[in-house]
Amino acid sequence: MEIWNRHFECMDREELKGVQSERLRETVERVYFNVPYYRNKMQEAGLGPESIQTTDDLHKLPFTTKQDLRDNYPFGLFAVPMSEIVRVHASSGTTGKSTVVGYTRNDIATWSEVMARTLTCAGANRHDFIHVAYGYGLFTGGLGLHYGGEKIGASVIPVSGGNTFRQVQLLVDFGSTMLACTPSYALFIAEALEEAHIRRDDLKLRVGVFGAEPWTENMRREIEEKLRIKAIDIYGLSEVIGPGVASECLVQEGLHISEDHFYPEIIDPVTLEVLPEGKTGELVFTTITKEGLPLIRYRTRDLTRLRYDKCRCGRTMVRMEKCLGRSDDMLIIRGVNLFPSQVESVLLEMSEIKPHYLLIVDRVNNLDTLELKVEVDEEFFQDKISQLEGLRQKIQTNLESTLGLGIKVNLVEPRTLERSEGKAKRVIDKRKF
Amino acid sequence: MIIHQLSVFLENKSGRLTEVLETLGSENIRITALSVADTSEFGILRMIVSDPVRAKEVLKSRSFTVNLTEVISIMAPSEAKYYAKVLKILSDLDNSIEYTYAFSLGEKSVIILRCSNTEEAIRALKEHELELIKASDLYKL
Repeated sequence: MEIWNRHFECMDREELKGVQSERLRETVERVYFNVPYYRNKMQEAGLGPESIQTTDDLHKLPFTTKQDLRDNYPFGLFAVPMSEIVRVHASSGTTGKSTVVGYTRNDIATWSEVMARTLTCAGANRHDFIHVAYGYGLFTGGLGLHYGGEKIGASVIPVSGGNTFRQVQLLVDFGSTMLACTPSYALFIAEALEEAHIRRDDLKLRVGVFGAEPWTENMRREIEEKLRIKAIDIYGLSEVIGPGVASECLVQEGLHISEDHFYPEIIDPVTLEVLPEGKTGELVFTTITKEGLPLIRYRTRDLTRLRYDKCRCGRTMVRMEKCLGRSDDMLIIRGVNLFPSQVESVLLEMSEIKPHYLLIVDRVNNLDTLELKVEVDEEFFQDKISQLEGLRQKIQTNLESTLGLGIKVNLVEPRTLERSEGKAKRVIDKRKF
Repeated sequence: MIIHQLSVFLENKSGRLTEVLETLGSENIRITALSVADTSEFGILRMIVSDPVRAKEVLKSRSFTVNLTEVISIMAPSEAKYYAKVLKILSDLDNSIEYTYAFSLGEKSVIILRCSNTEEAIRALKEHELELIKASDLYKL
């Protein structure tokens, strides 16, 4: 398996810590002197640049949130004069003001570097044709993939999103070997190929890199079956740099984080304490090489866990698990953190049911109770009590082993659970605190 | 010889059974036989009705989970030994009985059976000269 930057990606972890600490010191100094917002926050906490010597001191620093970026809209957190900024991207801003990010020439080089690692991780090289169907524009997806593809010397086809019919035609005509888009768009393309009666043998596709939205293992299998390619999960967010923050390798046991650029921590989203290795919590990033918009302990709201053992691919970079959900939705049941998305992913793994469910939390005699109502799927219903009871038991067992919590599962009639426009109501918490 | 039985998934919630029966009633669908299997949380309602295909559509449109299940039906004298004979024939074949229910018409009774291998059961019961009821006749009862 090829590795783009063996020096950093396979670095001894002790040595890596030295690199990270040095880069962290520089970053903290830079934001202290160049970003009033960070200087004020550090002074309020009684901290100066000298307070941070190694990555072990990182926990002393305050967090940065999406709200902080919005409060300083558009350029308030930039750490360089605008004359140094060569590129600006922005998020869609569906949940409020958009968040704006800026890059210096060096930042663009860093971004290309980490994207080159990502693509190499997925098995791409200079002989590949990369069909980039991520949107080009303010969204970081398209251009991020583009620069990484050029960096490894591949032939990049900047198709951007939309016009699926044309996408399908180009996939055939150009003989693209790698597809880059959101996982849901990959499925859309697969259907379009079917409709256009294009035989799989007319395509040269062998791998795809998919990200920018949560997707399940079930979706991965579906993409891999329909397109007959290997589907690689990639992770990134514009605030940190864009795509390229982390990527699965061909071993597919977690996503390698480019931690010589982005230092990850896992925190408890309620107590904000840093959690030990292996615990699930909110992913937090400190950028340690960025110039335009360095971020200190940026709360991603994404839930995952980290593992630091060496991967079979040879990389020593820490791996994060596929994201489990968002911390905004977290429940605490009998002291255990629970995310509705965990329940959903268990249900999605079971072909007998559709993930129409409602979690009901209550407190009886000072003890939290957890109940799940899940709809019986018409296609599965076959009139046997033993079959339904078996299904109920199976859901309960699968959930209990994943969540580490006792749960009572009840089967309900289809369409009895509320369907709302947009986000469905998945949790009712009857507890009174 | 195969009978299409209507099976409906029901939550244990008051009023659900009434709703099913009212829906069928308003569509002038007759019910020949009915049985309920239940656990503490849910149940399955099983019925022989005059027009199973239409009954399924009507209930589906009212958001019920409905399925048509293949069962067989035997007419036999209303004596336990005949019921026993039917069951023995199937158990000798290792053709397991998933459920059965019956109702009496006086001298004779109708037995409804769901077993793991319907085709085999029909053959075997015929060989033993038992009287199987045709679907069209059963729906009319």
